[in-house]
Amino acid sequence: MSEQQKREMSDETVIRLVGMHKWYGDFHVLKDINLDVKRGERIVICGPSGSGKSTMIRCINRLEEHQQGQIIIEDTELTNDVKNIEEVRREVGMCFQHFNLFPHLTILDNLTLAPIWVRKMPKKEAEELAMHYLERVKIPEQADKYPGQLSGGQQQRVAIARSLCMKPNIMLFDEPTSALDPEMIAEVLDVMVTLAEEGMTMLCVTHEMGFARKVADRVIFMDGGEIIEENTPEPFFNNPQNERTQLFLSQILNH
Amino acid sequence: MAEKYTPGTHPDLPPPKNLVGPAAWIRDNLFSGPVNSIMTLFCLYLLWVIVPPLVNWLFLNADWIGTSRDDCSKEGACWVFIDVWMRQLMYGRYPAEEIWRINLSYILVVLTALPLFFKAVPSKVKGALAGVLLIVYPIVFFYLYVGGSFGLEFVETPRWGGLFLTLVIAVTGIVASLPLGIVLALGRRSEMPVVKSLCVVFIEFWRGIPLITVLFMASVMFPLFVPEDLSPDKLVRALVGVALFSSAYMAEVIRGGLQAIPKGQYEAAAAMGLSYWKSMLLVILPQALKMVIPGIVNTFIGLFKDTTLVLIIGLFDLLGMAQAAATNTDWLGFTIEGYVFAAFGFFVFCFAMSRYSQRLERALDTGHK
Repeated sequence: MSEQQKREMSDETVIRLVGMHKWYGDFHVLKDINLDVKRGERIVICGPSGSGKSTMIRCINRLEEHQQGQIIIEDTELTNDVKNIEEVRREVGMCFQHFNLFPHLTILDNLTLAPIWVRKMPKKEAEELAMHYLERVKIPEQADKYPGQLSGGQQQRVAIARSLCMKPNIMLFDEPTSALDPEMIAEVLDVMVTLAEEGMTMLCVTHEMGFARKVADRVIFMDGGEIIEENTPEPFFNNPQNERTQLFLSQILNH
Repeated sequence: MAEKYTPGTHPDLPPPKNLVGPAAWIRDNLFSGPVNSIMTLFCLYLLWVIVPPLVNWLFLNADWIGTSRDDCSKEGACWVFIDVWMRQLMYGRYPAEEIWRINLSYILVVLTALPLFFKAVPSKVKGALAGVLLIVYPIVFFYLYVGGSFGLEFVETPRWGGLFLTLVIAVTGIVASLPLGIVLALGRRSEMPVVKSLCVVFIEFWRGIPLITVLFMASVMFPLFVPEDLSPDKLVRALVGVALFSSAYMAEVIRGGLQAIPKGQYEAAAAMGLSYWKSMLLVILPQALKMVIPGIVNTFIGLFKDTTLVLIIGLFDLLGMAQAAATNTDWLGFTIEGYVFAAFGFFVFCFAMSRYSQRLERALDTGHK
């Protein structure tokens, strides 16, 4: 961990999962998840498919409901209270595997929608903000196009910019590069690395181990709905403790 | 020998002869094989048999000028009949000196709707005009048509009729059924069990009974249960019946659109902190409605034609008026002209709706999928 990263991370815990369980019907998807995330911390979550890693981060902004345990985001506990849920969602941005841009709106309108309707920002100000973030993801020239006219990599960068327009304190990434052609992965990862270097609190579900080594403060390995192992990147990759972690790493790194 | 081909340097050659032009088109599309050739010849024969007599009856042998049936001496259609009855066909028994009120409303609608068809008009102006059309005009026109206030003479609804009545019923049904249908469709997909069951019961009830039953109930049964002075006007009861009936169909069409929206759209809207209603209005419904424009317009067209059923409760729409005119003792025997004219009237409006929906689909296409 570099000096700079240490300085950015504070002691304040912004996400706290305590003894969280989730079931789909009879199927026990998440088993006793305990996780504390500090402000500015960058966490990469990996694991085989069906291990519950996506479900876990989707619980953090309550796209999925947990049935037992506690989820506390910046002092707000997620319960059935719609007010709390909307408050948390305003502060937590999310990027999806399939981008989920709104196809009936232009890129600019995609970005200004939430600032205008959730943050009550004047339209002009929202558009300036949107252009600022489009420049940061390096596609300001696409502002007036529709999502269907952009490549996958461009769409994902727009999706990241759209989340950033809400000025979130925390960003969740749910396999942001899994639906992309190989030559487009780099452009999205570049944006994510920049974001990480600026001190954004990030939780990324991804199989990009290069990205994990480069920016992660902590790598978490999940399997069968449990957190099996967590460590800083160096020991995690070089000296995994658990058998299942070793097997998983050997499968994804050795080809 | 041909020169060596270098990619990208080949000159454009004209297409081979006999592949373009009218002769080639006819050969490819009409005479591409023995079966197609026979079909083409057969269709030409059919046209030859049908079209000339039709044109003769409709135009060449028809009587156009006159005031009574004695002026119809030719073999073709007697359009004098339509001409003489035109006022009733258009306005029913609405008093002649008050017809300007109806015409005024037509002119207002056309003038307000016209700017909506031009791209140069800013969308804010268009929104305001649409608001006037959908919210202000229904209220204004109510007072304009009924009268009894603002110095206008009172015209009771049994005197309304003809195309005017058709439009009143159809437009009320259309304007009311879309928002009602949206609410019902959202309600049916709600996770709240009470809301959901209420919507399901409502939709299934209205879809399960014929429109004739609805109209008959509204006009005959309703007064039996409700005291006369509390019971609203017959036309109002019919309008409410038609609106509820078509909103049930509309709800199912819109629900189809809602189901076609990927789950990711709902999640993305929710993840940004949009509330349920905001995400529906801003994200889900614009996409869902766009997707089911053909189904919505289909329902509109069906509704427009179903208005003819009000004949059963003694209201005379365009078709009813044409039938009534043909049973007038002075004009017996001109039923066909009446039906042809009514059919023409209905076709004009339904075809216009169909064309408008295609235009709308093209205008809203954002290149997705």
